[in-house]
Amino acid sequence: MNKLHKLLTVSALGLSLIAGSVLAQTAQEKGLAIAKERKARDIGWGDSTAKAQMILRNAKGQETVRKMKIKSLEVADDGDKALTIFQQPRDVKGTAFLSFSHAVKSDEQWMYLPALKRVKRIASRNKSGPFMGSEFAFEDLSSFEIEKYTYKFLRDETINGELSYVVELDPVDKNSGYTRQIIWMDHSHYRAHKIEFYDRKNSLLKTLTFSDYKLYLDKYWRSHKQNMTNNQTKKSTDYLIEELAFNTGLNAKDFNKATLKRAR
Amino acid sequence: MNRLSTLAIALSGLIATCSFAETQVSVKAAADYRLYTQDALYPKQVDKQFSMFIEPEIYHSWNDDLDSITFKPFYRWDNEDDERSHGDIRELMWLHVGDDWEIRTGIGSVFWGQTESAHLVDIINQTDAIEAVDGEDKLGQPMINLTLVRDWGNLDLFVLPGFRERTFAGENGRLRGPYIVDTDNVKYQSSDEEHHVDFAVRWSHSIDIWELGVSYFDGTSRDPNLSLNSNNRGDRVSLSAYYRQISQVGVDVLAVVDSWILKFEGITRHYDDDSLFVPQDYFAMTTGFEYTSVGVFDSVWDIGWLMEYQFDDRDSSFEAAGQNDVMLGSRLVVNDVNGTEVLFGMIQDLDHSNTRSAFVEASSRIDDNWKWRVDARIFSSNEPSNVLYNLRNDDNIEVSLEYYF
Repeated sequence: MNKLHKLLTVSALGLSLIAGSVLAQTAQEKGLAIAKERKARDIGWGDSTAKAQMILRNAKGQETVRKMKIKSLEVADDGDKALTIFQQPRDVKGTAFLSFSHAVKSDEQWMYLPALKRVKRIASRNKSGPFMGSEFAFEDLSSFEIEKYTYKFLRDETINGELSYVVELDPVDKNSGYTRQIIWMDHSHYRAHKIEFYDRKNSLLKTLTFSDYKLYLDKYWRSHKQNMTNNQTKKSTDYLIEELAFNTGLNAKDFNKATLKRAR
Repeated sequence: MNRLSTLAIALSGLIATCSFAETQVSVKAAADYRLYTQDALYPKQVDKQFSMFIEPEIYHSWNDDLDSITFKPFYRWDNEDDERSHGDIRELMWLHVGDDWEIRTGIGSVFWGQTESAHLVDIINQTDAIEAVDGEDKLGQPMINLTLVRDWGNLDLFVLPGFRERTFAGENGRLRGPYIVDTDNVKYQSSDEEHHVDFAVRWSHSIDIWELGVSYFDGTSRDPNLSLNSNNRGDRVSLSAYYRQISQVGVDVLAVVDSWILKFEGITRHYDDDSLFVPQDYFAMTTGFEYTSVGVFDSVWDIGWLMEYQFDDRDSSFEAAGQNDVMLGSRLVVNDVNGTEVLFGMIQDLDHSNTRSAFVEASSRIDDNWKWRVDARIFSSNEPSNVLYNLRNDDNIEVSLEYYF
């Protein structure tokens, strides 16, 4: 009995020590650790191609459709490369957008205008601007890199039946359109379920929700439906990913100004 | 029976091949109504013009998109100007893509350069000048173009067999001088005339914030010298175009610095010795910036500010429109569902304070297939030696309805 009591005391002491070390991790440290784990789980996907649609809805519910093809390439220790080819609306058919996103320095972006056969370098500081008149800003579509934000773990909360981390992300770049983002990410797979975007006046601007997750290469979860609703204008955009394929044989040579000019 | 099975095998082979092939068809068409707001300077010129064009495009690719053919014919019909009713093969190009090279064989268009108010470096294609005064419409150019895609940049090599004459307004057309250009009476310095084979090469590269290009062209100048023809009574009746042999070096640079885009284009042109004209080698450049502020007035609107300076060391402001001029412009991008944009610009001659031109271009989608466009242009000059003097009464507004499929 005495021995057992001793053991329990020692165990309790040990547990409180462990608990104490966890408590010593600040909200910032925990937020960063979650972000690092999210990134670590997404390393190694290589390359992908996808067909996508955006359905733009105004406050009255009237719909407009955008169609595009997207080719993406993972770049180790930096942002990804992406080539987006527009198919609809018809007047911009053949227009293509090439971006090299970077973790710290400004992204490099080029636009190909087929009517003039012209490749135009564009200033990437427009990251807060709308993508194709949708509720998605350019920065909402660029790849997630740890260095782009500072982090703060807020709490655990259940969303869509999944216990999730709720973490605040503060953009490092002063050209971001947001003061902060709050993300809900599940414990089981570090999948995003919801992001709230707060504008420069720190009021809720947009809410992004993720659904239709599918598993690729036994490792990578991809959402096939993202809904971005503007809480201020009541406009919304559904971003639907179709025909997503990995390991399609793309490499760095498929992402340059020459390929941009012949992208279809 | 044997024949039938051979056919079946051939057909199945064809279908199998087709499963790796893709065909895309698209059409652009438009109806334009242009109204001139001032009386014509020259007899027979009209006050309004109605025209329509159609430009289908057929694209077919095979061999996993490593081979493709693009065919893009064009035809414009104009109710007043017979010269403006014209057709062209904008593109008929076979593209083959290799590992780190591409080769294009056929007819096509190529754009070089960075500035907006003038396109000095851009030399491969002839301007379809009768289409629009901005010089951005081009005639299809026969070419073989090898592109090498390397770590040190892209190198484009061109062999250009065959020359396209510039298009000019006819007798009824506006936006011309007092004498019409006789397109049946064209002369060349080269004895090969329009069959002279031109060569060009361009290196271009993107390094961090920089876009760099260096190009060289050797062949028939796309810009004609115009000389007056007289009839047998000695009256001046028309102009004829004369195309000289040139070599030209071009440099274009762009730098992205925060929200600023800095641009430069410069050329030096050398004329081969010629019995008809004195060689007048020259240097010209355009340089300036574009600054964009995003989300202005607490909205999603973007406003871009453009300023460019044009310089040309030739004395004649008839040949060199931009010999000492400044362009100021502004681009409003509404970022709405309809993609509404308005571009305003003004070019002021710094030598002649009364010589200037201005334009407004606005466009927006109506739905997935239709789009409207309004272009207005103003020309002003009281300096007879300036090329704009001929256009001083040709202010116009054009409304277009465009269809895309």
